[in-house]
Amino acid sequence: MSATAVDVRADFPVLDREGLVYLDSAATSQKPHQVIEAMDDYYRNSNAPIHRSVYPLAAEATELFEGARERVARFVGWDARTTIFTRNATEAINLVAYAWGRENVGQGDEVLITRMEHHSNIVPWQLLCQERGARLRYVSVDRDGELAMDELDEALGEGRVKLVGVAHISNVLGTLNPVEDVVRRARAVGALTLVDGSQAAPQLSLDLRAIDADFYVWTGHKALGPTGIGVLHGRAELLEQMRPFLGGGHMISRVDDQTSTWNELPWKFEAGTSEIAEAVGLGAAVDYLSAIGMDSVRAHERELTAYALERMPEIDGLTVFGPPDPERRGGVISFAMPGIHPHDIGELCGREGVCVRAGHHCAQPLMRDMGVPATARASFHVYNSRYDIDRLVDALAKAREVFEL
Amino acid sequence: MDALYRDYILDHYKRPRNFGTLDPHDLEWHDHNPLCGDELGVHIVVEDGKVAELRFHGQGCAISQASASISSEELIGMPVGDVSKLDADWAIDQLGIEISPTRRKCALLSLKVMRGATTGDASWPE
Repeated sequence: MSATAVDVRADFPVLDREGLVYLDSAATSQKPHQVIEAMDDYYRNSNAPIHRSVYPLAAEATELFEGARERVARFVGWDARTTIFTRNATEAINLVAYAWGRENVGQGDEVLITRMEHHSNIVPWQLLCQERGARLRYVSVDRDGELAMDELDEALGEGRVKLVGVAHISNVLGTLNPVEDVVRRARAVGALTLVDGSQAAPQLSLDLRAIDADFYVWTGHKALGPTGIGVLHGRAELLEQMRPFLGGGHMISRVDDQTSTWNELPWKFEAGTSEIAEAVGLGAAVDYLSAIGMDSVRAHERELTAYALERMPEIDGLTVFGPPDPERRGGVISFAMPGIHPHDIGELCGREGVCVRAGHHCAQPLMRDMGVPATARASFHVYNSRYDIDRLVDALAKAREVFEL
Repeated sequence: MDALYRDYILDHYKRPRNFGTLDPHDLEWHDHNPLCGDELGVHIVVEDGKVAELRFHGQGCAISQASASISSEELIGMPVGDVSKLDADWAIDQLGIEISPTRRKCALLSLKVMRGATTGDASWPE
């Protein structure tokens, strides 16, 4: 698979930059030229309003947009009709918190999330719980970065949980959570589940039918696609019952003076002019990933993660957070070095051309549990190789020299 | 020598001056950098309208910690009313290094909490 990494690197124009080692794909991935060209081609040759105009150009644009939806749905093993395009994963979660949550979560009810959620899977539930007089509860994370499943059972057992929100892969710890198990346990007590697949969809072969969550969300820009497009996959009967999220054009069936009726799925949740070029770009991204094969993508991430977990501890005092077993994690490694703050690690790596993230990674509750204000984080995708990890280790050694450690 | 991590910056980072807490104290403030989650608090004892004693506490990067350490030395003895006159340029001049836009808030957090303690103004220095 290392050979594949060398092969695909040439597909990513930004990686032509002299000396660039990009290790921040958990924040946003780079884009292959196939994605950039698909969007460029759409604007140059096929741009038109979708769905309502009858002339051939508009029909072509509609076909491109809806064709992208079908490919995106197939990519994760779901139906196009219940695959809704949003602006990003955050908007998809807000959609569920608003359109489902406000009708179904009330005084005394609970929403249960985990302490390793991204702020995007925390704050929408805080807003909902505050508004509805409900309680937001958390499942702890143990020292190895794994979910405390006994706490999940305990909270579910009390019978007030309406929905469980869980990240498929933690954007900080890299933990690959047992989401099928969480869904099964939640369903046994009548609670719904929302899985945040923002880190998982880019690197795992997904079969959403097997996971069987009620809602599964992810975002395009971490999966080699463009910014400005996210995805919500939901169970049909829930989406049908739910009130709309945003009101406006396209999401309606008929508008009267005082009331309206709603369009069919998925368009009921897609108010206003859609992100057409972005959908086309995401369609090209999933085609690109499918051509490599998601099993190969996962194998590559696992190999790089194992190599990084082997090499990074060569740096004196370096601590790696999250599960020690590469089988139990995705291609995300958070770490700390005594005597150098993560921001300074990020700055000094940046000077060597090595792009790593430093900060709280939009996971402040988890940072407090870990007892650190911030971590540095390296994350991988198909275009990375062992060479990139060697460069990271060299940059970290150099950072220690600058800090006279 | 490194242009950013100069010897005196690293010295203030590793051996920060006036770090800790003061009890009792007359003024206090606590704030954080929303970009990175770094936290910084300050306790001040006032005598005769001047900053008599000052202690910072919290954690942060080399730039934010050195900024707090260096400016603490300037603040002690200063009339409390003068702290509100200090601006972002003052804080960056104290550091004596070039600060990129991405590290600006690191350099300004200590002034932000000192101004907060003395004036109640929670805005970022400009």
